[in-house]
Amino acid sequence: MSSKPRPPETRDDLRTFCETEIGAILDRLYGTALRLTRNQADAEDLVADTVVKALGNISRLQDRSCFHGWVFRILYNTFKSNCRRKSARPEDCISSLTGDATEADDTFWLFDKLHQPFLLWWGNYEQEFLDQLEIEDLCKAVDALPDNYRIVITLSDIEGFSYQEIADTLEIPVGTVRSRLARGRSMLQKSLWDYAQTVGLAPGHAKPQGDDLCVK
Amino acid sequence: MRKVKDISCEEAIRHLLEYLDSECEVHTHEEIDQHLSACQACYSRMEFEKRLRSQLRNSGEQAVPDSLKNRIDKLFSGGLKN
Repeated sequence: MSSKPRPPETRDDLRTFCETEIGAILDRLYGTALRLTRNQADAEDLVADTVVKALGNISRLQDRSCFHGWVFRILYNTFKSNCRRKSARPEDCISSLTGDATEADDTFWLFDKLHQPFLLWWGNYEQEFLDQLEIEDLCKAVDALPDNYRIVITLSDIEGFSYQEIADTLEIPVGTVRSRLARGRSMLQKSLWDYAQTVGLAPGHAKPQGDDLCVK
Repeated sequence: MRKVKDISCEEAIRHLLEYLDSECEVHTHEEIDQHLSACQACYSRMEFEKRLRSQLRNSGEQAVPDSLKNRIDKLFSGGLKN
């Protein structure tokens, strides 16, 4: 196995490297910032602050292959410190970001609610639901989650980080990442179930005739 | 060669999301693989979760506003400051 490349040495090289890497993930950085702040102006400020810090500290990053995780860690830490600074009661803010997950109740499975085996020959509620689920509705459901759960869902299910990377970023044990993910996913699926009922994509709420299963 | 243990639907479902995260122990991953190849109901559930996950992942790609792009361009054209 070949050894990992050394970080670039000159300032120009560092800047070019940083610019290229940031450019490649800017949409995802912004997306994550939006999920964290739930506000476009704050999200833009958060990404800009993150880039400033990344540029200022890039020479300390020994392993370039870690850039993605490193810059998301900066983003999260900047968000956390902004949150502390802005909060009238910083201890509440910190608690909401770092407090332990409560034990998951019985896991809520959206599939169990949507799946109707006896309809398989002419309709399929779960596929219908996914076909019609709009990204904006998915974003709203994620945004509605409490901070602890929204952050791990964002880093895991949206950004694809491993449990260990999330634990490192949030400075929490891997076990806590697991429990927050389990609880957060359950809450998200419950929220999507509520949405399915509202828009008529749930069994018993959509029209029961085969040809009418496709709700527009 | 080690025989992969047969597991119940309940056990497969309990580890399903960690399986999709590739965060299971190797033997658990193999057991779920084997279960999914034989159980249509659990396979359908896995496909549903996988597709929902994929849609979540797609939701992370946000169009970056021009105002932010311009700010980032300015930051890089300013160079490194220490």
